[in-house]
Amino acid sequence: MSGKLDEMYRDIIMEHYRFPRGTKNIRNPDLVSEGQNPACGDEIEIKVKMNHDKVQNVLVHCAGCAISVASGSMLAEIVEGKSLDEIKKIAGIVRALLKGEEISEDIDLGDLEALKGVRKFPVRIKCALLSWTTLVDAIEAREHGQITKTSTTE
Amino acid sequence: MKIIHTEPGIPVETEKETKMGMLPLNVDKIKKDFPILSRQINGESLVYLDNAATTQKPQVVIDALVSYYARHNANIHRGLHTLAEEATSAYEAVRDKVAEFIGGVRREEVIFTRNTTEAINMVAQSWGRKNVKQGDRIVITQMEHHANLVPWLILARETGAELEYIKIDGEGYLNLDNIAEIINAKTKIVALTHMSNVLGTINPVEDIINLAHRRGAVCLVDGAQSTPHLPVNIAGMNPDFFAFSGHKMLGPTGVGVLYAKEEHLKNMEPVQYGGEMISEVRYDNVNWAELPWKFEAGTPNIADVIAFGPALDYLTEIGMNNIRNHEMELTRYALRRLGELGFVKLYGPRDTRRRGSAVSFADPDIHPHDLAQFLDSRGIAVRAGHHCAQPLTRSLGVNSTVRASTYIYNSREDVDRLITALAEARRYFLK
Repeated sequence: MSGKLDEMYRDIIMEHYRFPRGTKNIRNPDLVSEGQNPACGDEIEIKVKMNHDKVQNVLVHCAGCAISVASGSMLAEIVEGKSLDEIKKIAGIVRALLKGEEISEDIDLGDLEALKGVRKFPVRIKCALLSWTTLVDAIEAREHGQITKTSTTE
Repeated sequence: MKIIHTEPGIPVETEKETKMGMLPLNVDKIKKDFPILSRQINGESLVYLDNAATTQKPQVVIDALVSYYARHNANIHRGLHTLAEEATSAYEAVRDKVAEFIGGVRREEVIFTRNTTEAINMVAQSWGRKNVKQGDRIVITQMEHHANLVPWLILARETGAELEYIKIDGEGYLNLDNIAEIINAKTKIVALTHMSNVLGTINPVEDIINLAHRRGAVCLVDGAQSTPHLPVNIAGMNPDFFAFSGHKMLGPTGVGVLYAKEEHLKNMEPVQYGGEMISEVRYDNVNWAELPWKFEAGTPNIADVIAFGPALDYLTEIGMNNIRNHEMELTRYALRRLGELGFVKLYGPRDTRRRGSAVSFADPDIHPHDLAQFLDSRGIAVRAGHHCAQPLTRSLGVNSTVRASTYIYNSREDVDRLITALAEARRYFLK
């Protein structure tokens, strides 16, 4: 009865949900981005502080469901020390993982692997992608010279 | 704005319930008419509590759809062959049924649309563009579904008219204290919902229509949530426009109704042009068809309109007063049981005489999406989100709520299943 549900709400996900990473505020961020999931109205804010070309700190503030909060927490954990190009690559892998597409890169996804269970609930894929879409949009906006970006998972 | 809720743990006061097991409708018998209700979902028998979104269909409606395509399919109004005559008379007979169902209006005043949204958009675009000018006022309420909010927001933006909102109070009722100032002499149209799809609130539309008329304004009532659940009498209510959807009242998707007073329809321009809606076309001129066909351009949704007929018959057979009584009883029960849980926050009015069966609530410790997902794993279908009323949901201080909405085939046992699963969800998520 709960089999499929347990696939999605794995222990790792519930742990990230209860104790999300990246909650410390950041002063003078280099990147600020707000996102919204139009299906449910959930909102997310991401701030990034860079050290040269690598991410030094990240704040993820997500008022959302277990899946969007956990995914945002995992994002906060994995992006530190990465370059913006690397982050875009990881975001692509997360998207492929959620959509059940083949992942060609040989990369250790760590906790992100646990998001696989969301695949069986297509409506919830947007929740898992919210933080990633929001951050990637901000990175792309920065490449075009903008600092703030508002995006949705549509 | 005040936040509408009771704190968890505070008992909900409702009127006295009738004796247990005395629901006005024979639910067991009704359930047998709906094949989908015998489905198993995730290993559990389905408890369908998403009726404010759409209702399930009885076998008679499904049969009517199949029978139309198997035996009568033809395009209507123009054909001279037997099938075309059969299809035309079946289609037009449903227009008469609709006219009768909403209290006996003239058939010329009943226009088939795709849904309530299309019906309201027709009024905003046709009546609105012609009659609303810069400096005029459009009045709506803070509890509107996006379908009765966005068309007016855009019309106001296009015309330079101002959009004014009737506010809601802490209990989820409209605040009518300063209504005479809100609906002022500049007001051209008042558009409001008969019953809120989020809070369940039934609005005193007759009073508001009266006031609007005295100010020289017209009034549109969004009846999408009310028409399926209580007797609607257009003559008594006296709206200028009234819109509702067939799929929320046992009918197929793709059928909506716009009722409009003939005097308005005569002066309104069609919203779409093409076949069916003309009386004569020349290379340099065109004359519109008679009412109601002037507003039904192109081949309409023949099959679904025809299958809406048996849905109306089914509801009429049960009796709209009986349906209303059944739902008041069931809603009273649901509000009491939800209140007794102690951890659930309830939104919207408590007095079941002034509310319908859509009940919004939240468990402050579990996100509505997670809760709805869990309920689904127990075979229970509810809605989670902003219910297409984002400004209203935000005013409740949240991004989303869970909504359980009952209909004629729901029983106390269905409510019990919901209550048990809500308690179980806490053990699942908060272990």
